[in-house]
Order: sequence, then structure tokens, then C-alpha cells
Amino acid sequence: MIKAVMVMNTQGKTRLAKFYEYLPVEKQQELIRGVFAVLCSRAENVSNFIDAESIFGPDSRLVYKHFATLYFVFVFDSSENELAVLDLIQVFVETLDRCFKNVCELDVVFNYSKVHTILDEMIFGGQVVETSSSEIMKAVEEISKLEAASNAITLIPKSASGWRSR
Amino acid sequence: MGSQGGFYQSKEFLDLVKSIGEARSKAEEDRIVLGEIDTLKRRISEPDIPKRKMKEYIIRLVYVEMLGHDASFGYIHAVKMTHDDSLLVKRTGYLAVTLFLNEDHDLIILIVNTIQKDLKSDNYLVVCAALNAVCKLINEETIPAVLPQVVELLAHPKEAVRKKAIMGFHRFYQKSPSSVSHLVSNFRKRLCDNDPGVMGATLCPLFDLITIDVNSYKDLVISFVSILKQVAERRLPKAYDYHQMPAPFIQIKLLKILALLGSGDKQASENMYTVVGDIFRKCDSSSNIGNAVLYECICCVSSIYPNPKLLESAADAISRFLKSDSHNLRYMGIDALGRLIKISPEIAEQHQLAVIDCLEDPDDTLKRKTFELLYKMTKPTNVEVIVDRMIDYMISINDNHYKTEIASRCVELAEQFAPSNQWFIQTMNKVFEHAGDLVNIKVAHNLMRLIAEGFGEDDDTADSQLRSSAVDSYLHILSEPKLPSVFLQVICWVLGEYGTADGKYSASFITGKLCDVAEAYSNDDTVKAYAVTALMKIYAFEITAGRKVDMLPECQSLMEEFLASHSTDLQQRAYELQAVIGLDAHAVESIMPSDASCEDIEVDKALSFLNDYIQDSIEKGAQPYIPESERSGMLNISKFRNQDHHEASSHGLRFEAYELPKQTVQSRIPPASLASTELVPVPEPMYVSESYPTTTVSSASSDAGSTELKLRLDGVQKKWGRQTHSPATSTSSTTSQKTVNGITQVDGSNTSNSRTRETYESRKQQVEITPEKQKLAASLFGGSSKTEKKPATGHKISKSSSYMVEKSHVPKSSMEIASEKKAPIQQPPDLLDFGEPTVQSNAPSVDPFKELEGLLEPTTEVASAKNHSSTAAATKSPDIMGLYTETPAGIHNKDDGDILSGLSNPPGTHMLGGTTRTQVAQSSKGPNLKDSLQKDALVRQMGVTPSSPNPILFKDLLG
Repeated sequence: MIKAVMVMNTQGKTRLAKFYEYLPVEKQQELIRGVFAVLCSRAENVSNFIDAESIFGPDSRLVYKHFATLYFVFVFDSSENELAVLDLIQVFVETLDRCFKNVCELDVVFNYSKVHTILDEMIFGGQVVETSSSEIMKAVEEISKLEAASNAITLIPKSASGWRSR
Repeated sequence: MGSQGGFYQSKEFLDLVKSIGEARSKAEEDRIVLGEIDTLKRRISEPDIPKRKMKEYIIRLVYVEMLGHDASFGYIHAVKMTHDDSLLVKRTGYLAVTLFLNEDHDLIILIVNTIQKDLKSDNYLVVCAALNAVCKLINEETIPAVLPQVVELLAHPKEAVRKKAIMGFHRFYQKSPSSVSHLVSNFRKRLCDNDPGVMGATLCPLFDLITIDVNSYKDLVISFVSILKQVAERRLPKAYDYHQMPAPFIQIKLLKILALLGSGDKQASENMYTVVGDIFRKCDSSSNIGNAVLYECICCVSSIYPNPKLLESAADAISRFLKSDSHNLRYMGIDALGRLIKISPEIAEQHQLAVIDCLEDPDDTLKRKTFELLYKMTKPTNVEVIVDRMIDYMISINDNHYKTEIASRCVELAEQFAPSNQWFIQTMNKVFEHAGDLVNIKVAHNLMRLIAEGFGEDDDTADSQLRSSAVDSYLHILSEPKLPSVFLQVICWVLGEYGTADGKYSASFITGKLCDVAEAYSNDDTVKAYAVTALMKIYAFEITAGRKVDMLPECQSLMEEFLASHSTDLQQRAYELQAVIGLDAHAVESIMPSDASCEDIEVDKALSFLNDYIQDSIEKGAQPYIPESERSGMLNISKFRNQDHHEASSHGLRFEAYELPKQTVQSRIPPASLASTELVPVPEPMYVSESYPTTTVSSASSDAGSTELKLRLDGVQKKWGRQTHSPATSTSSTTSQKTVNGITQVDGSNTSNSRTRETYESRKQQVEITPEKQKLAASLFGGSSKTEKKPATGHKISKSSSYMVEKSHVPKSSMEIASEKKAPIQQPPDLLDFGEPTVQSNAPSVDPFKELEGLLEPTTEVASAKNHSSTAAATKSPDIMGLYTETPAGIHNKDDGDILSGLSNPPGTHMLGGTTRTQVAQSSKGPNLKDSLQKDALVRQMGVTPSSPNPILFKDLLG
């Protein structure tokens, strides 16, 4: 199962973090820092795999891929295949790219919820549910469409007290 | 949203992200975020917030929490959002709660009801959002509340819902197998789902289920095999193709499952052979994902009942991996080799040089994987080389976690395969010296025992040689400045026990060293305690040998210090030392027989040897002993009486109930000596024999009591501590152990030992003569097969030379192509520039794997390179998306296309079909270019230009 997905930039700023097992915020930060420390110390042209047991405990592996200014990091256990996860990152980034057309770091930052939507279509509860980029795109587009539609209807703000009293 | 989208969030949020991006320090960032939290706190509780605003606040909260700040004040608002009617708001609410809350959070109770309602919604997106929350937020207690709905959803018309329902259901199973066990058959049903996505998703829970219980799923072998066959034959929709592979992720999952099912089951395995063989043949080993499937095949082959043909294919695949220059592939190759080696050990020899290359690679990950492999293939013949390598590596790293692991592996291998005692001790010394504080204390005790016992052969000379070599090496090591505590304990113990045994060193020399240790590590009580006990032993042996004991002045001052120490343990030891020194030779010998640390102590639990004494006392009018069970309520009296009794026998802390008055030795040993036995249990079996009869404990004074308390703790980790706790008798055991001790053992087999050492040395020498790698290979993969290793090297050389030729050849051909391509590349707008730094880090330069491939067919290499260029040219079609599907060559090039891209178009390499696509996108397609420019302009408008303090923010991922 996949334990965590992180996206951080080359300066160590977190752009996306999703943990599939609950962890308190402080612990999450600690792990992210730990991962970043390891990532910066990696030389170029080495493998994309890191033994993550010292950070995440036993039976954990880490695969990362470096795109422009971002590191995409997947942490998972022995039930996944490293090379396959590397391609899963590829699928994720491809999908982001299709979605945002030439995706850049800013897209990830500002479309925070959309990036989460894409990720949720791929990985659900720590398991990979969909690996076809076009299928993911289809689903995401449909969601956007429906969201936009529902948004149009409810553009008139309801008062907060209104739905509180419901 | 598209590329123009994404910026419709408010200026505030944009500013926040911008200012955080520009923050120069963590403190500055924190300040900004805290300011943001204040703003949000204020805003979020205002009445009548428009929904859109509210949604944005929640997203900002999530963002703030992602940066590590507490956003709990807003949780309730996120929960409220899940109640909303608007899909967008609801989904945002669900997203936020799944990120904020855990299954045991108090607010969950407010959500369960909403989830229940939403699972029944007509809108499938609402259902999906609710299922997402189910996965994250439902715990064992709340499972029954949503279980019926989730099971119902397994048959939902929308495949997206079915998929997620399966995952939710799987989650329930993980959290509480018992509550859903009656519904597990649903997973099997979903395997036959019409939608390949749902089927693929079902494989995840099935994999888990099969891992737990293989046997009840054996009937599915045929189904899995036929699914795999269909997948491999491309019967799935095109959408599941990835880099020209048909549904590789599903193939991988299936292979994993087959590996489980076929393990140790010949019949099941036979069903799989054909399909696995097919996949081996069909796999495209030039793409990353193709190799992932290949690797999984190897894993499967090495797990199922062996089939020679498949093993051969696996070995071929492994050799391709290992010959690759991609670190990832070599890593997988090493891992695969480790799996296959269990079935066919001979395969390792073919790859010895590749393995050694990996071992010397600067990449840590690869190195560690290789050490793991070496660990698996350690034999008595290669243990020395492997452990030496491991220790060298251990010394070079700082990562404590891995250091501990590798240290314990060294110890394990050394204990298992040590060719000689000497080597073992040297190895242990190294391990202790460099990772002493990280290794288990047990290891130290094992080492002490080994030194004391020797290797179990009846060979006294060898044993004493071993000991004196240990003493020599320790005296040498003591000059090092900072040694780990555990190692010092071992050193002290060995010096105390054997420091003067061979007469090479004088007592004053050894005691001087021990005093130095105690002084140098004055804040480590355990080490000091070991040192004092060692001192006591040295003096005891001196007295026994009839020599006069001159205590060094520094030693005396040390003792004075310890006598007044705050540590009761140290105090006791110091008093013991004082007491022992005052005794005569005979008494000392019975307390401290030399080299008796390993003698067994026979325990006379009935204390029968005291019968005479008891009889005597009773006749003189003493009260008979009343067993504890019979004396409830009389405890105080008996205690008092006991104390009385002791006072008569000697000073202070007496509590031995039954003693032979004539045995001066015993009576003079302060009772506290019990304590020392626990900390240094090995050397003084004598004390052990005196341990607590039940009454003693009750009568112990507070002082002794506290020591005991402390020592109990210490005793936990002691290897031989157990003995100490058993009530024991003294005299009889002492004598018995002395006789055992006195026995001189058969002498004469020492030759064998020295011979081993000789061969060891000669091997060492021979090793040094040959070139480094050959030597290493030879020693790792069987020192015996010297003849074998030479051809192997020759092979390698020829390989590498042709490789060189190829290398010079390949760049040239690709260079030509590059030059052809130059023009379109230059065109891309300035956005490209931002991406440039990426390139070096990403593009694994000229992919050597490809070159190796080309080695076999140099002509195809060129052809394929040309092919790349033509593809690139062909892709100037307007439909960019179409590129993914319509230009398979471009896609499949992704990683190995670096030949092209590494030279000419760096920024493109990291994406799928990146090379071609980016160019086209930017050079030929107007709208997209405009998009990028617009985006860039917008970015600049926001006030952040790429030249600002943090230009990185705006670099395009794709260049």
C-alpha cells in the first residue's frame, strides 16, 4: 500500500502532502523534513529509490522523481514495485500536465484542491485504483463540469447562519 | 480550469503563497503563517460568509496546516461544509476533513450521519466524496453504520463508484476483519467486473487477502492466469495501455498474486508457466514500465515452483538489468539477483563483476541493496571480504539507523561464519569501536563469553593465545580517545580477567590502564564499575599468586573517590575491593579463582550442606526456621530476629542467614557483593552462589535494598544474570567449580588452529597481488574457482571495449540528429529557459542502457535514433493530446530517448514523450504557446518575476 504522497520544491517547501495513515501534523512535518534532507543529499544521476526505513519505520520504501523545481515523492511498502511506482509518478505528473497544460509549480500551489482530486482518482485509501491517465482525466473533467454546474446554481450566497440552523 | 485557470483564487491567497515563497527563513515563514491564521480565525467566524469565500478559507486552512501549523480552530467549519448542498462546497468540505481529521477525532460523530446520507445520493460524485471520507474516517465502531450502503455500492452502475466502494470495503477489512468477514466473497465477485478498472482495483484487496490466507484462494489461480493472459494479449481497452504496454500495472499486480499462489505449489505453478513465459518474451525492456513488469516476472519465477526455462529467462533479464547503466535498473537487478540466488546460487558467479561495480557505486541506495545481496550470499569462504567491506562502509556513513543495521549484520555474519577466533575478535573490535553504542548489549556479552570459553574445542593453548591477542589488541585500542561505553565494558572485563594471565604485562601496568579508563570516562558509572571489578580481579590474582600487592597511588585515590561515591554500586565494589585486598591468598583464591568465569555453578537448593550447622544452632537454643508460607503476621519478629543474628556474626549489613562461621572468606565479604555479581555476572560465580535466600531480602537495610532495585534493572539485559537470582549455596559449589577449573585440558590440537590462520593469511596475500576487482570477485564468489574468474574478467574487458566503441559511435549518430533538430528547438519562448536547470538533474545523460542494448544491434540503434527524429518531426500535428496516443514512438522514448534529448533538448526529457511534445507544443501550436505566455505574463503581473528572490517558483515543470 502507498503510505504517503508528497510534492515539495527544491527548497524544501511542501506543495502537497497526503498521508494515507493518520499522523499528527507535527509528525508529518518531521517526516517531510526528513525526506527533504535525504533528497537534497542525493547526487545527480543516481537511482530514484531510497531506503526509507530510517524515516518511516520498517518496510517502507521511497521513490522520488525530480521535475523542474519539484520533487514528487511516493512512500510505500513492499507490496508495490519500485519501478512501477516510478511510472505511477509519471502518470500523476502526466495527468497534471494534461490538466493544467504545461504544469508548473504554481499550478500545483493554486489548484490545491484539484491536485487532490486528481490524486484521489489515482490512489484511494492507499491503494492504486486507476493508472490510466486518460481515465483519470475523464473523471476529473466530469467532476469539474458538475462542480461548475452546481456552483452556478448556488452562486447566491446562503447565509452561514442559514445552514447552521438546518 | 486548464492552464488559464487556477488563478481565480483571491489576491490574498496569492499574496500569501508568494510571500511564503519569498520567505528567507523559517522564522519569517512562521510569522507570515501565524498572521494568516489570525486573519482566518477572524474571518471564518464572521456571519454570512459567501460560500465561495468559505471554500477558499478552508483551502487556505488546509494549506496552512500542510505547512505545519495548527488549524484546528477551523475543523468545525470544514465539517459544516460537508453538510452543504452545493457539490463544490461539499467536496471541498470532504477534502478538508479527510486531511484534517483522523478516525478517532471527536468531530467524526458529526460526519457519520452526513456520510450515510451522501452514500445514498443520486449524484455519483457525492457518493465518491463520501466514500473517500469513509476510507479515512470510519473506525471499527462506526463501520456498521455505513457497511450496508458500501456493500450496496459495490453494484453501483458507475464504475468509478464501484472502484471506490471496493477500496472502502477493503479498508473496513483492514481495520476490522471480523466485522466484514461474511462479505469477503464480494471481492471475488468484483473480479469478474466488466470494467477493467474495477477488476484492477479488486486485485489490491485480493492481494492482501491472499497474503493472509493463500489456501482458500487456490481455486482462483486459473482465473488470474486467464486474466493475465488476456491483458498480455491486449484485450483491454487502449486507454489502459501505458508506454505501449498493455495495462502494466494490472499485470504487475497479477504477477504478485500469482507469486503468492504458486509459492511451493507445483500444480498451481504449472498453470502459470506459459503465461509468465509469454510475458517474458513480450516485455519491452527498453521502457521503464516494461522493466517493472520484467522484474515482477522474475520475482514471480523465483517464488513459484522452479521451472528451468523460466529461470533461464529470469537470469537473462537479470543480466540485462545489471549491465544497464541506469541505477534504477541495476538496483532492481541486484534485488532480483538476491531473490533468484536462493533457487540457483550459481547465477551469482556470472554477475560478480557487475555486483562489485554496484558495490563501489557512489549511489548509496544501490550500495545498500548490494550489501543486502552480499549478506544473503555470505559463506564461510567469503565472509572475511564481505564483513570487511561492510565495516568499511559502516565507518563511512553517519546514518545511525543503517549503521545499527549493518553493525548487527556484521556481528551476525561474524558469529555464524568466523574462520578464526582472531579474526572474530578483530572484527568485533572494529564493530564496537565504530558503532559500539548502537549494537545490542548482548553482542558484548557474547564476545566476552567467546573470549572466556574459546571456540569450544579442547584446545587450551589456542584459547590462551586468543585471550592474549585480545588483551594485546585492547591495550592498543585503549589509547584511542573516545570509545563507546559497551566496548569499554568488554575491554575492562577482558583486562581484568586475562590482563595478567600470560605474564606479559605486569599487574601495575594493567591496573594503571584500568585506572586511566575509570578516570577518562568518569561520567559513565557502568564503565567505572567494570573497571573497579577488573582491578579487584587483578589484585586477587596477584594475591593468589603470592605476590605482594602494591596499589598504585592513582588507584588508591580512585578508590577513595569511589568509597564516597553517590552510586551505591560503585561504593560497594570499592568496599569489596578493599576487603579482598585484606585477605590471605587462600581465601582470595576461593573468592576469585582465575579464569573461572564460564564454570557452571551447581546449585544445592535444599542447602543440605548447612544441616550440621543448623542442628548445631538448634541444639544451642536457636529458633527453628519457619518457612515464609507459615509465618504470616510474624514477619516483623522474624526479621528482627534475623538482624539480631547477623549482628552477632559480623559488622554492618549482615543478612546471610546460614553461614559457616569457620569460612572466613564468606563472612568477610560484605553482603553487597551480591550486587556486583549482577552487573558483572560472568567472573564471580562464587558470589552468585550466595544469592538471596528469601529471608535476606526482607532484612536488608535500605541501602542494600536500593542497590538491589537498581541492579535488578541491570540484570535484565545480562546474558548470565539468570543464575544470580536463583537461591544458591556456597561451599560445595565453590569447590566443585575449582576442581573443574583446575582441570588441565587436552593440549595438542592447537596446530589445527594455527593452520587455519595460516591459510587465512596466505589467502590474504594472494588476494593482494591480483588486481583489486578480480580479487574481490574471487573472494566473494568462491575463492576456489580461480580459473573461473579469469574468463569472466576477459569477457568483461571485451565487453567494455566494444562498449567504448559503441559509445563513440552512438553520440555521433545522435548528434547528427540533434543538429537536424536544432532549429525547432531554439524557437520555444523564454519559458524554456526557466526549465533549463532541471535538465541536468533529470535527464540521466546519455542513457547507457540504451547503448548497451545497441551493443547487440548497433544498426538498430541508429535506426531507432532516426526514428525518434522522424517522430519528432511528425508530431507537428496540432493535436497535442493526441500525441500521447498517436505517436507511440515519442511516448515510448520517454526515458531512453535521452540520446536525443540529452544532447539537444534537455528540458523535455522528464515527461512522457517530452522531447517531441514540448517542442511541438511551443513551436507549432499557437494557442498553447499563448497560454504559456499568458500565464507567464500573469505571473509577472503578480509582481513576481523569475529574477525575484525566488524565481524557482515560476519555472515550468516542462520547461
